[in-house]
Amino acid sequence: MGPLIPNGIIPPEWDFVIALLIGIIFGYVLEASGFSSSRKLAGVFYGYDFVVLKVFFTAAVVAVIGIYYLDYLGFIDISKLYIHPTYLWAAIVGGIVMGLGFILGGFCPGTSLCAVAIGKIDAMAYGVGILIGVFIFSEFFSFIQPLFDGSNYGAITLVDTLGISPYWFIFLFSLVAIIAFVISDLVRKKVKKIFY
Amino acid sequence: MENKVKNKHVYWNPYFGGFMLGLLLIFTFYITGRGLGASGAFKSTVVTFVDDVAPTHASKNAYYEQFIINGKSPLNTWLVFETLGVLIGGFLSGALGGRLKLYIQHAPNITSKKRLFVALLGGLFFGFGAQLARGCTSGAALSGMAVLSTGGFVTMLAIFGSAYAFAYFFRKNWI
Repeated sequence: MGPLIPNGIIPPEWDFVIALLIGIIFGYVLEASGFSSSRKLAGVFYGYDFVVLKVFFTAAVVAVIGIYYLDYLGFIDISKLYIHPTYLWAAIVGGIVMGLGFILGGFCPGTSLCAVAIGKIDAMAYGVGILIGVFIFSEFFSFIQPLFDGSNYGAITLVDTLGISPYWFIFLFSLVAIIAFVISDLVRKKVKKIFY
Repeated sequence: MENKVKNKHVYWNPYFGGFMLGLLLIFTFYITGRGLGASGAFKSTVVTFVDDVAPTHASKNAYYEQFIINGKSPLNTWLVFETLGVLIGGFLSGALGGRLKLYIQHAPNITSKKRLFVALLGGLFFGFGAQLARGCTSGAALSGMAVLSTGGFVTMLAIFGSAYAFAYFFRKNWI
């Protein structure tokens, strides 16, 4: 029963080999979907290209359906999976700062790596920027720590927060994604085409 | 007509790409019990650099200190190997798609120099925010949403909400 490495079914020595393989597929899928182009990515914020919305939400919907279905069938134990912990204000403020970085740079860290791999010099500058940003965060950590460690709700899920059945939520989430896809196509038809 | 040639369909169908990414995410959770990530490797790089240049300074800092284990390089983590894979995978896809080219991509309204400066600044903000939120679009938003983490959804809404809110002010950089 999964997860395989935490349950000792695959020995931990394989961890790094698997990490490399997963990374290769991750990078391949991102690049092949067009995520190595900042101008394509930024399109989602100006309405001329919705690849980010489509890839990102399709992936989230497929993953959450798949994981909950595997749990339902007994192939994976969801309680053993790592749930990204909720530090509410750190998540909100961090997200806002990342959004600003996204609209300025046109990349997120993962997509910038794909762009670096195919030779985009602007992505290399972005990567150096990330290193500087991490450095500044770490150096000023003592000032940031109250925000970073505050409002800790632990590893909660929307099932706890909204008091909704996970299956109902996943159904509604999928509906929202489909509606968003339809609307995005309507918007794209109205917005002036951008060539890059 | 020239424009059509420039924008010809060279990428995967986005729904196919998303489906593949979703399958990969399920596979990753099934094997490792965790999701994907990208900003973690940048953090490990900074921690390693600071630990090499100023080890006492690093050990006194509450943030670096938690990633430094005696006798073990901070680069010896799952995410660093995964990130090496991302570079290889991105290169393979770009090579097969005929997209390997060393250049600065920017909108016609801005200069290469400005694009590099804005990209650097964008990276700086994203790197900072990803530390604060304990993950980026991959580690916090996407992997969080895959297991219905409340924080994952909050981070995702904050990233996209903020980017849409700021988009108007930076439109000249893109369109």
